[in-house]
Parts: sequence; structure tokens; C-alpha cells
Amino acid sequence: MSTQVVEGIDGTLTTRAARPANVIYEWLTTVDHKKIGLMYIVYALIFLIVAGVEAMLMRIQLAVPNNHFVSPEVFNQLFTMHGTTMIFFVAMPVLFGWGNYLVPLMIGARDMAFPRLNAFSFWVSAFAGLMLYFSYVGASGLYAAGTAPDVGWFAYAPLTAKVFSPGHSTDYWTLSIFLSGIGSIGTALNLATTILCMRCKGMKMSRMPLLVWLYLTMSGLVFVTISPLTAAQVMLTFDRYLGSHFFDTQAGGSAVLWMHFFWIFGHPEVYVLILPSFAFVNEIVPVFSRKAIFGYPAMVAASVGIGFISLSVWAHHMFTVGMDAAANTFFVFATMVISVPTGIKIFNWLATIWGGKVIFATPMMFCVAFLFQFLIAGLTGIMLAVAPFDWQLGNSYFVVAHFHYVIVGGILFALFAAFYYWYPKVTGRMLSETLGKWHFWLFVIGFHLTFDFMHIPGILGMPRRIYTYEASRGWGTLNMIVSIGGAVQAIALLIFVYNLVVSYWKGKEAGHDPWDAWTLEWSTTSPPPDYNFAVLPTVNSRRPLWDLKHPDDPDSDYE
Amino acid sequence: MRDADAIPIESPLDPPWTLPYRGTVGMACLIVAESAIFIIFVVAYIFYIGKSLSGPTPAEVLELPIFGTVCLLSSSITVHFAVSALRKGAISACTAWVAGTVLLGSIFLATTAREWYHLIHDEGLTIKTNLFGTTYYSLVGLHATHVVVGLLMLALVVVFGLLGHVREEHSEKLEALSLYWHFVDAVWVVVFTVVYVLGR
Repeated sequence: MSTQVVEGIDGTLTTRAARPANVIYEWLTTVDHKKIGLMYIVYALIFLIVAGVEAMLMRIQLAVPNNHFVSPEVFNQLFTMHGTTMIFFVAMPVLFGWGNYLVPLMIGARDMAFPRLNAFSFWVSAFAGLMLYFSYVGASGLYAAGTAPDVGWFAYAPLTAKVFSPGHSTDYWTLSIFLSGIGSIGTALNLATTILCMRCKGMKMSRMPLLVWLYLTMSGLVFVTISPLTAAQVMLTFDRYLGSHFFDTQAGGSAVLWMHFFWIFGHPEVYVLILPSFAFVNEIVPVFSRKAIFGYPAMVAASVGIGFISLSVWAHHMFTVGMDAAANTFFVFATMVISVPTGIKIFNWLATIWGGKVIFATPMMFCVAFLFQFLIAGLTGIMLAVAPFDWQLGNSYFVVAHFHYVIVGGILFALFAAFYYWYPKVTGRMLSETLGKWHFWLFVIGFHLTFDFMHIPGILGMPRRIYTYEASRGWGTLNMIVSIGGAVQAIALLIFVYNLVVSYWKGKEAGHDPWDAWTLEWSTTSPPPDYNFAVLPTVNSRRPLWDLKHPDDPDSDYE
Repeated sequence: MRDADAIPIESPLDPPWTLPYRGTVGMACLIVAESAIFIIFVVAYIFYIGKSLSGPTPAEVLELPIFGTVCLLSSSITVHFAVSALRKGAISACTAWVAGTVLLGSIFLATTAREWYHLIHDEGLTIKTNLFGTTYYSLVGLHATHVVVGLLMLALVVVFGLLGHVREEHSEKLEALSLYWHFVDAVWVVVFTVVYVLGR
């Protein structure tokens, strides 16, 4: 819909944004969900590079036995910062970024429910990340000034107590996670409210795209998982600064209580991250199979089911701590149960692909790799869910390999698919398919070199967070392979970043709807105007653009 | 024909499209998140009941804060009347009810302050003393912080009311605020039960 008024508005926007100072001012003060979403994504990509460099430094250190590439102190800081950054300042913001960008477009709204809260949440999270890294220059710790946090990403008590972590490097960790938690809760609140209150006419809950359903579930999970972490950080700060005794074992406090509080956050957090990844796959697989998603109600039920069950599995991180038999049994059982809804989802994706006219564009390739890798990650998850098995391999490199399989093989692959799929909508230009295929194959090879082989030293007894090892252990060759795989992944990642930058200027023009897709974001221009839709859409089925393109055979006849 | 407004719709006879008010839903989400925070503090309190290595114990120093509790719980009723008054357009009645809420909430805060003064000054119980002090001050303090935030917002409503800025169409906003206040009261019921009944 292009009227004189709309063109007039568009015209003012372009002329005003022309000067660089104005552009910067515009981005700093924006409350537009698309701009905030993009800032989230770019900020996460920057931290992805930073935390990736940290991972590479660790892999160089571990590549050969008896290595002293970095000092043990620096190594402790590296794994702490790598884990904390990847979870809180890469995975969370990039997923919130895509949620911010896509959810209002997909439900036919012009912005989020609370635009200013949206900007606030982003800037709080952004400053939290900066604060964490300021510790490299500003914090003093056990080894004098310039000490980053070195207590591990789950910061077990009593290591975090003032006596064992003097100075304030640990406080940088605590406070930056506290702040990022505030930002996450703010954005989740915003997403949930947007989804419940801003849907366009006709978009009943049962007609929402699955991505929207999954973001709603994810937001609900954020409320009940990030909040406990925030509460625990308050307790830890009280312990360190007011002399309280929550986790002070000398005064009767309990170190195990911290573990419970951390993992009540920590495990559902995995689902906070994987649900949006499922969301991307849910949107991409049907479009590239040229079929509607198989079993929409089952998919919704499974997603919400995963959300609920994930709240009762946290102590499978604590089998090695020594709980009683009843607790062990309960958490083994609950952890096993969660594989049921997850299995339903995998079968539904397969059934969607089954019999479809599959197009192997880059987004679809990443989705197919996701399916395989996420399945394997789930299988090692079931192995680790068995308490006696976990007693043997808990805190070994097997565990490290397992959760990287979930996070890299599952979440990151789905994210790459999302980048290739929605980049044309965001920028108006396609990402290069050639570079995309290079990225995909190099990343698949690097990923499997690293994380398939990482399981084996774990089985051979290599503990996680170990600084170095003796040659006689026989872990040397395997670790070298793991490190080489890391380098291959790094090269693939650089190709991806290069592709993102170059395609912005050189990419093929995308038009409204390059993939012939069915959800509302493809009905507006690429990139969408500030107001998203000149006239708010009305929908009559789950695939409104299918109805538009096939008025003789609309979906609403079958739903 | 690619535009969203061209998507065909079937029957214009569908019921009118109404969705819940975003303030109410947003507040409900905030309450869920806040509940999770309180649950963690309550769990810590219950977990540490009777585990202090030294005195004083709750039984020795805590007294039932009946008066403060009655004031706080009554303030839930007054804020409810304030919302009903605003819905009917009775602006000054609404302002008066909100002012009453602020008064009752302030009395509650004053009783907490007196209790803390007594505990710190007379009994020598601080957050450092033992696990009881640690969990007591953080749980009750977390609740009191929420009371202070609520009182500040309600006081703002009173100021706006006196300046004549409150109008009937703001009733949904006041209702969202009243939800928060009801939540603060409900949390106090839990805190009261855990700290003064079970924990003593």
C-alpha cells in the first residue's frame, strides 16, 4: 500500500537520516523494535568474536601436553569469561535480537508493547557486557590489578566468598550477570505482552506462527529461571559486602544451596536458548520443503511441555555432589521424560520434510545439520541423565563435548540458518549462497572434528577446566584434533562475517519475498519501513501469504 | 497485490477483535518474575530455619507484627476502592482512597522500621550475626523494598490526582498499579506465615 502520505513519511525519514551525526543519534535514541533487534544482534556478534578468541586461546593451550602458552591464572579467567560471555552476552542477546525483530512483524504489529522498556533492556544488557570486560583493566583480584573473574561460569561457593576471591573481580561477574538479568526479564516481559496484546485482527493464538509460540514459551521460562539467578546474585553480593552467611559454610551456610539456585537457573536456561532455535527451524523447514508444518498443535503442546518439564530437571547437574537416592531417581526420571516432547518435535520436522519438494538453500542445509546434531546431543544427554553414568563422567570433557554439541551443533546451527533466511528481510539483499556453502561445509567439518573427538578424552578421564596434562596420559593427539577443528570453525566464522558485511553492499536484491514464504514479515518491503505495515493486516489462517497467493485454495478451508 | 491488507478474509461477521490491555499483562508478567525471586528467598529462609550456629533465635526476639499486618492488608481494600471510584469517574474519591492506601502502607513500613530498630539496637541482631539474621533481614528487607517502590508510585498518583491530571481513562493504568500492590500484600501473607508462624 503506497499512498502519498506514506511516501511523504518515508521521504522525511531518509533525508533526516542522511547525516552521520543524525544516524548515530537515531540509533542511540531509537525505540524501534527492528533497530533495537539489530543492535542486540550486532552486539552479540561482537561478543561472539571475543568469546571465540578466548576459546581459541584455550584450545592452543590444550593442543599439546605440558604446554605453557598461557599461565594457569589466565587460563582460569579464559574459561570463566568464555562461558559467561557465550551464554549471557552472545546467546541471550542474539536470540532476543531476533525475537525483537521478528515477533512484531510476524504478528502484524507496528512495534513492541513497551518500546521504551525495550530500549532500556537493550542498553542495560549492553552495559552489563561492557562492565564484565572492563574487569580486565579495572578489577583487582587475587593476582593484583587487571584480573578478570576466574571462578568458573557457575561460580560455586565457597570459591566466591571474600576470603577465597579477594578484591572485586568476582563482583564484576556478579553485577554484570545481575544487570543482564534485569535486561533479559525486561525483554521477555515485553515479548510476552506483545504476543498477547498486539496481534493483528484474526491472529488467534491458534493461528500464530510457531516462532511466536516458542518465543512466548521462552519468555515464560525467562521469568521463572532468570529471576532465581538474579536473587542468588543478590545473596552473593550480600555475602561479599554485608557479611551475611547464605553460602558461608563457616557459619552454617550451605555451598550446595548455591548449586541448587544456580542450576534452577542453569538448566532451564538451556531451554531458554534452544526454544528460539526450534522456532527458527519451525519457520525455515516448511518453507524449504514447500509444505505446511506437520502437526502444528502437537508442536505447540510439545514446546509448552518442554517449558514445564525443564523446570524439574536441574539437579541432574548435581549427581556428583551426592544427593539421596530419592532425589537422584526423581531427577533421572524427569530428565528422561523431557526427551519425549523433544522427540515429538524431531519427528514432526522429519514428517514436514517427508514427501516435500526440498530445496537445499543454505538456511535449509543448516537446519538439516541441526536435526542430526541436535539428535546426537540429545542422545549423549540421555546417557548423562543416568546417574551412575554421570558419576563416572561428570565434570569430564565428555560433559563439555555434550553441552557444546547442544549449543554449537543445535543452537548455533539454527541461528546460522536464521541469519541466511532473514538477512534478505533485514537488509533487502541476499547473502551470497557460494560463501554460504563454504561457511556451511567448513563449519560442519570443523564442528565434528572438534566436538565428536572431544567426547573421547572425556571417556579417557580428562577433567574439564584442566590447565594442562602429562604426555603419558595419551590425550595429546585427540586434543590436537579438537584444536584443529576449532581453527576450521574459526575460519568458517570469518567467512560468515565477511559474507554478512560484503552482501550488505554487493548482495543480490531480495525483493519482498525471496523465499516464497508464508508468514506476515514477507508481505512488507525489505527492509521493512519504520511502521512495518502501512495498513495493519488481517489474517484468516496460519499461512496468510499462502492465502494471498492462492485465493482459490486458502488454508482456512482446512484449519 | 502483495500487500498485507490484500489478504482475503472470510466473514466480516466475526466478533469484534479485542485483546487484553498491555499494562495488565505486562504487570502480570512482572509479578510472575518477582514471585520467582521471592520464592528463592523464601526457600533460603525455610532451608536455614534452626540452622543458626549462635543466637539470638527467632523465638527469643520476634513478635507477631499484628498491627502492621492489619494495616497492610487493609490497604489492598482501599486501593481496590480507588480503582472502582476511578472507573465511575469519581476523581476526588479515587485520590482520597489512594492517599489512604499510602497512609496505611506507610504505617506498615513504620512498624517494620520499629521492629528492625528493636532487633538491631536492643537484641543485637544484624545481618552478620547468624543465619537467622541473614535470611530474616534479606527476606523482610526485599519485601519492604517492594513496599517502598509501591508507595512511591501510589504517592505519585496522589500528586497527579491533586494536580488534576488523573482522569477516568486512566483506570486501566491504576488497575495495573493496584495489581502490583495486591501482589506486595500477598507476598506479605507468605512472609508472615514463614517468618512469624513457621519459623518461630
